Amino acid sequence: MNEVSKFRHTYNWLPESVVDLFIEVGELTRFTGRFFKELFRPPFEFNEFLYQSYIVGAKSLGLIGLTGFILGLVMTLQSRPVLIEFGAEAWLPGMVSVSIVTEIGPVITALICAGKIASQFGAVLGSMRVTEQIDAMEVSGVNPINYLVVTRVLATTLMVPLLVLYADAIALAGSYMAVNIHGNISATLFIFDVFDVLHFSDFLPAVVKTVFFGFMIGIIGCYKGYFAGYGTEGVGKAANTAVVSASLAVFLIDLIAVQVTHIIY
Amino acid sequence: MDYVIEIENLKKTFEDKEILKGINLHLPREENLAVCGKSGIGKTVLIKCMVGLMQPDSGKINVLGKDMMNPSLKDLEFIRRKIGFVFQGSALYDSMSVRENLSFTLKRSTFSGSKTAIAERVEEVLESVGLVDAIDKMPAELSGGMKKRVGLARTLIKSPEIILYDEPTTGLDPATSMEINEMILDVRKSNKVTSVIITHDMNCVRMTSDRMLIIHDGLIYTEGTFEQLKSSDDPWISSFFNKKEE
Repeated sequence: MNEVSKFRHTYNWLPESVVDLFIEVGELTRFTGRFFKELFRPPFEFNEFLYQSYIVGAKSLGLIGLTGFILGLVMTLQSRPVLIEFGAEAWLPGMVSVSIVTEIGPVITALICAGKIASQFGAVLGSMRVTEQIDAMEVSGVNPINYLVVTRVLATTLMVPLLVLYADAIALAGSYMAVNIHGNISATLFIFDVFDVLHFSDFLPAVVKTVFFGFMIGIIGCYKGYFAGYGTEGVGKAANTAVVSASLAVFLIDLIAVQVTHIIY
Repeated sequence: MDYVIEIENLKKTFEDKEILKGINLHLPREENLAVCGKSGIGKTVLIKCMVGLMQPDSGKINVLGKDMMNPSLKDLEFIRRKIGFVFQGSALYDSMSVRENLSFTLKRSTFSGSKTAIAERVEEVLESVGLVDAIDKMPAELSGGMKKRVGLARTLIKSPEIILYDEPTTGLDPATSMEINEMILDVRKSNKVTSVIITHDMNCVRMTSDRMLIIHDGLIYTEGTFEQLKSSDDPWISSFFNKKEE
């Protein structure tokens, strides 16, 4: 009887879905442990890391940029009437920038990445598992965790924060455009208003949490694909659960980050 | 006798189903052993246990002097340098060309050659399986037989001492099956390897094996040469042969 079966047997009085959740979290933790173990073990697959960074980063620029631009534009247009009602229209650039940089930008970008990247990792690694390519790699003496997982997780950990910064910048450009639809404000004044309100203490936690977003998106996508079930259904399920779990992880990390930030500041 | 694989009382269970109930097997160096049995009986599980892709529940597996029940990382790396595995579906890396499929392993192995030496070795091995023209093709562009041959080439590139073949001729036409069988014999002759061949194909058994065994109900039901088992009076063994030869 393996560890999972023993666990199931011991806690059979709990609802099955609860036991499944504990097992899933346990297995993910173990997988994360393997990631850290292999992270510092040569060979370092630098070329594969660069390729994955390109796939995660450069290939997402269009989608993230468009989403960010629309986000900034819409937020500004929707906030404006309320601020006018309170006679606080001048606060519009500052308010929008704080919302975007501290919360909306990181979370929306991370959710897009969860949908685009975690599902891709789940599907690619899942199909490699189903067609025994991961087994073939293992048997040939190449460490699949090192080659497939470490490179991908490092790529998302590095690229998601950069994508968030990019999305923030584009969203502020969208906001600037929205402000100028109804009013007339120079770019210099807009930037001054933005950075007058935005402090380093807003910026730093937002960037730090995106590193965790990126890590979790990568590790969950890889975990789901690496342990995909058999057949096409297994691959589909891996891609699907990768998105759902990664999105949920983004919200959980965000919740924790907000609490920690409040404690620190 | 010099055994390269020694298995004693090997057991493996999935969920609540006991697949292997106590397998005993001793494989001398340079012997070709065919393992037969009905689908789902645990033949692939057996060879996956030999190479550490699956962990048995109990028993003893010794491969090239290394204990595979709880192998250290060092032992596992040693074994995987010495054992080749030809997968049923070939398991070629579908995002890489044939050349990359072969050089991928070599670049990350103990092979201490330059880029030119790796390229030469790749061409040499592909030539031995008659596929040097397909060197820049992607796996999706290859036929089933070509994929099997590339899979074999990928195994041969690291000069293994043992090769485990999982259904090497399944899904191939008789002519291509014949080519693969001849290739298995050539590999043994030229590389002096020991082989375990999982198959349902009795022609493959007849052509390639020195000894065959049949697994039934998680145990080795019988073993002997192809001719010995073919002439057996046991109705189950006979029906197995007749059925497979049809």
